[in-house]
Amino acid sequence: MTGAPAVEDIVKSEYEHGFTTEIESDTLPPGLDEEVVRAISKRKGEPEFMTEQRLKAYRHWLTMREPEWAAVDYPRIDFQSISYYSAPKRPEDMPKSLDEIDPALLETYNKLGIPIEEQKALAGIAVDAVFDSVSVATTFRATLAEAGVIFCSISEALHEYPELVKPYLGTVVPYTDNFYACLNAAVFSDGTFVYVPKGVRCPMELSTYFRINARNTGQFERTLIVAEAGSYVSYLEGCTAPQRDENQLHAAVVELIAMEDAEIKYSTVQNWYPGDAQGVGGIYNFVTKRGDCRGARSKISWTQVETGSAITWKYPSCILRGDGSIGEFYSVAVTKGRQQADTGTKMIHIGKNTSSTIVSKGISAGEGSQTYRGLVRIGQRAEGARNHTQCDSLLIGDRCAANTVPYIEVKNPSAKMEHEATTSKISDDQLFYCRSRGLTEEDAVSMIVNGFCKEVFNELPMEFAVEAQKLLSISLEGAVG
Amino acid sequence: MLSVKGLRANVGDKEILKGLDLEVGPGEVHAIMGPNGSGKSTLSHVLSGRDGYSVTAGSATFEGRDLLELEPEERAQLGLFLAFQYPVELPGVNNTYFLKAALNSIRKARGESELDAVSFLRLIKEKLKILHLDDSLLKRAVNAGFSGGEKKRNEIFQMALLEPKLAILDETDSGLDIDALRVVAEGVNALRSPERSMIVVTHYQRLLDYIQPDYVHVLARGRIIRSGGKELALELEEKGYGWIDAELAA
Repeated sequence: MTGAPAVEDIVKSEYEHGFTTEIESDTLPPGLDEEVVRAISKRKGEPEFMTEQRLKAYRHWLTMREPEWAAVDYPRIDFQSISYYSAPKRPEDMPKSLDEIDPALLETYNKLGIPIEEQKALAGIAVDAVFDSVSVATTFRATLAEAGVIFCSISEALHEYPELVKPYLGTVVPYTDNFYACLNAAVFSDGTFVYVPKGVRCPMELSTYFRINARNTGQFERTLIVAEAGSYVSYLEGCTAPQRDENQLHAAVVELIAMEDAEIKYSTVQNWYPGDAQGVGGIYNFVTKRGDCRGARSKISWTQVETGSAITWKYPSCILRGDGSIGEFYSVAVTKGRQQADTGTKMIHIGKNTSSTIVSKGISAGEGSQTYRGLVRIGQRAEGARNHTQCDSLLIGDRCAANTVPYIEVKNPSAKMEHEATTSKISDDQLFYCRSRGLTEEDAVSMIVNGFCKEVFNELPMEFAVEAQKLLSISLEGAVG
Repeated sequence: MLSVKGLRANVGDKEILKGLDLEVGPGEVHAIMGPNGSGKSTLSHVLSGRDGYSVTAGSATFEGRDLLELEPEERAQLGLFLAFQYPVELPGVNNTYFLKAALNSIRKARGESELDAVSFLRLIKEKLKILHLDDSLLKRAVNAGFSGGEKKRNEIFQMALLEPKLAILDETDSGLDIDALRVVAEGVNALRSPERSMIVVTHYQRLLDYIQPDYVHVLARGRIIRSGGKELALELEEKGYGWIDAELAA
């Protein structure tokens, strides 16, 4: 087994070849064992409790099996062939220019109107240019600090505010939760920490885009957001531009905690590289996202637009523990080409008079396949709980697939449940109608699809909604015909 | 303006149009009447470019351009408009947004500048006024949940906005009660102009009480078997379509 000596060997051998890379920014050799877990924690200079937590997670992970129940199909992942700590790549290992990048990807960047320097960064090309966002971020941090909001990387938080991280980390998604979450707990690279104090309304939408060092947080990202009593925060994750990453497996964990009367709004636009036309090189996105409405009348709202990745496996969920708490899930998922998605939500009603809303819009085109998988559980004590679920699927072409798998468990007779599901196709009548008014077929498709997704886009922050619409149109270009 | 010569068209293996001729000049209103199954809707669809029909012979030119080789949107951009017999619902697509996209797409194709939101709203208000419509249509999704009358009115409203050179009204009277019919017909009349031609396709004479055609054609078994002035419509109303069979058999 590889251990500390092997790590040192690598470092040494590179040094012998004349590299001057700092140890902190190096890459661990492929493979996973206790020494690797310790090495990650050590390199990040984490407090002792964190190292112990990682090791506990790792030991538990060894006893777990990779889940097979999702309706997705991919070759088995060799977990010993992955490197679990990869520093930013050295310039000489990166593509040198845009000429080396998949032309289809570049076309998309141009359509989205992304400046050339930013295109290079997104495509993983070495760039010297420093974005404006860095200076913007500094200004933002000052405003946030004034409000008392903490917004930093999770590594930084473990150093600076261990007393705020320790009581919450792993309490919503324990390491025992599932295979990927457990792996994440053992080897997570970095991520985001947000803390909103009592009664504070966060003065701006928080976005990873504005966080310094947000890039290259790697494949095992960890996010923790804590909203104290009576506070409010809106968090935006992701970016509409397709992002490439050398790491094929992504297993992130997101934990949200809302105390009494607090509200967290979490919006995601996910557009990881879906692979080329044959689906080669696309990202596997196995994510665990969960929110805990701990306090009475708290509210957690997930909104997601998922258009990227080769495989998506993701169920942002809400635990409605506080009486009168509210959980929401609004989702648009697009699968085209050879993309596969198994996504949905879980609403766990524990408190009295809790309510949840699920609106899921699935769009399949090409040979895309997707499954909505949702669980609504009303616990014994959840007097007066309510749920409304609406699952709509839109099919484009005749080689794609959409499935709906709702699980409903009701243990309290006072619960009110509503479930609606529809599957439709863009009809020739609709297309002809639009075209007879002078619209091109592509404009017609994008208009109909955006109409279909409207309820979800309405939930996104304004600029995000506009971008999401544009993204959807671009994603579905050439999908009909 | 529109010249159709010897047009033959199939749906699958079945020939529906069997050598149809039609000449429409600028500003003229032509009524095409005929019994069910005579090919009225097929004619509307072939002229506007709907899939599912194959033209086997003949030609259709619009201001000298060969219509049949153009995509539906290209025909619309040239100034052709089809008011649907069954307007299609587009759930979630806001009517105003749809109209603006359509108008700007047509303007762009003609090399005109796209209208911004303010000028567009001004234009819309103007058109609503001409047609005596209220603006409740604008806030709703295109045709979604509209009554039959509202759908037809929305078609006429679109026509007013897109200002076509040739409008084909495909059984615009079907499914309308007499009040709705009058509103729609008044809208159509308000849009008549020396530059705008119309083809009014209908089964019944009653629409022609409100929209006075310059010419009336009788379509039967895929061909125009008689043409005349508006008195021909009255004759049809009186005699019904039964005589056609006798005439064709003779």
